[in-house]
Amino acid sequence: MSETKPVKYVNTPICVDFDYTPGKATSNFLRSIKKGQLIGSVCPDTGKVYCPPRSYSVETASPMTEIVELADTGMVYTFCIVNIKFYDQAQEVPYVSAYILLDGADLPIMHLIQECEVEDIRPGMRVKAVWRDESEWTESMENIKYFKPTGEPDAPVGEIMENIRSKSHA
Amino acid sequence: MRDIAIIAFGQTENKRTERLLNEAEMIAPVVGDLLKSVGLKRTDIGFTCSGSSDYLAGQPFSFVMALDALGAWPPINESHTEGETAWALYETWVKMQADEEIETALIYGFGRQSMGSPREVMTLMNNPYLEAPIQPDTISQAALQARVMIDKGIATEKDFAEVAVRNLKHAKSNPLAQCSGDFDAETLLKDPTIASPLRKHDCPPITDGACAIIMAAGDKARELCKRPAWIRGIEHRIDVQALGQRDLSECPSAKLAAEAAGVSKGKVDIAELHAPFTPQDIILQKALGLGDDTVINPSGGIHQGNPMMGTSLVRIGEVANRIINGEADRGVAHGSQGPCLQQNIVTVLEGE
Repeated sequence: MSETKPVKYVNTPICVDFDYTPGKATSNFLRSIKKGQLIGSVCPDTGKVYCPPRSYSVETASPMTEIVELADTGMVYTFCIVNIKFYDQAQEVPYVSAYILLDGADLPIMHLIQECEVEDIRPGMRVKAVWRDESEWTESMENIKYFKPTGEPDAPVGEIMENIRSKSHA
Repeated sequence: MRDIAIIAFGQTENKRTERLLNEAEMIAPVVGDLLKSVGLKRTDIGFTCSGSSDYLAGQPFSFVMALDALGAWPPINESHTEGETAWALYETWVKMQADEEIETALIYGFGRQSMGSPREVMTLMNNPYLEAPIQPDTISQAALQARVMIDKGIATEKDFAEVAVRNLKHAKSNPLAQCSGDFDAETLLKDPTIASPLRKHDCPPITDGACAIIMAAGDKARELCKRPAWIRGIEHRIDVQALGQRDLSECPSAKLAAEAAGVSKGKVDIAELHAPFTPQDIILQKALGLGDDTVINPSGGIHQGNPMMGTSLVRIGEVANRIINGEADRGVAHGSQGPCLQQNIVTVLEGE
């Protein structure tokens, strides 16, 4: 047998367009954030406030009809420091992705933290949303550019998270 | 073998486009109503299994997002089949055979073809290196199959149209049907072809929908349901992948699955066939050995609605419901996926 060369790659571009339907609860959230307001939904069984809101409780499947407005301030629950860029990444490294528990919410949302040294970021650190200019607001989470430290004293993160967990149905 | 039955089936209305709700919001009311109908709480369910495809949803892990509909806390015993939901029901049946502690199970399926272009999306199930790049869509592939049948003298275009006429007529009594009505084959044949020899009436509708089934074992089933639809046989087989290797006018995998499931062991009162295209209905009747004494697709079959990935579970549910309410004593539900009926699953259901 003569020596064969492997076919190293085939180029088969695929493009399929989808017209996504976010559903009632997420549509409500997106309409709200366009106006600069964060909202959550309340579980009728546990009292937990979910942000972003859902139509049905994640823990009990009960319909969640009560909507509450939430502050754009909160605390860092946990975070990571990204040091290596991935393909097409717009963010300059190092940057920080964090789970942020908004004041009044029981489920943290993911966002960026900037305007501070990465080594200063810690669980319990108080942060506040930095919004884009109002003229740029759309139905997008990107209306918030990132969160920045407020300089307030740290929140008791362990106590707060323990309190949230105790709301769960056994 | 452990006796396992279907005790309840429910589904959403079959809609061309569901623009308001997301997956979880579609599924939650179906599952909630179904549990209530048999007097179970969500925490009573021993095993949960779903069927769906991320390709249809256009988003990764769409089945994980659908879990929001279940209230999966404390964490539940759950699995998922990336494909048609009849296979999720099969997985559940196998699981219940192996684990006698599981007395009840919930199976749900959902599909939303409206979000993408089904013809484009379905080309992606072909061989990714050699076939998918030339985009052989499902309608073209089914048309090849129809052409082979005509060339071999097995059926005519009028025979195909008659399948649609029968399905759409049956669908008139289905309150959740997307398409129904009285038509005649001669008139339908005046329509132009989409991919010759197939016309619009030969093709499945594009549907958004969700469906769910509750299964129970032995005395638990008898306790929760007056007349459970017992699973007497459930088998699946698959044909070879390359269409060129198959005689497209036949479906050996469906025939083998039907034999293994014991379809011919008794009279078949009703049969629901998962034949996305009308010629496949004719192929399947022969493969399953169904005669004139069997009512085919009493629900309206694929023409009444095609919530893809849930469609095969709807077939099982439609047969089960007719046994549960006493309309039929023994029935057969068929499910399929893949191009030109590549994979087939056959379930035989019976009342006591």
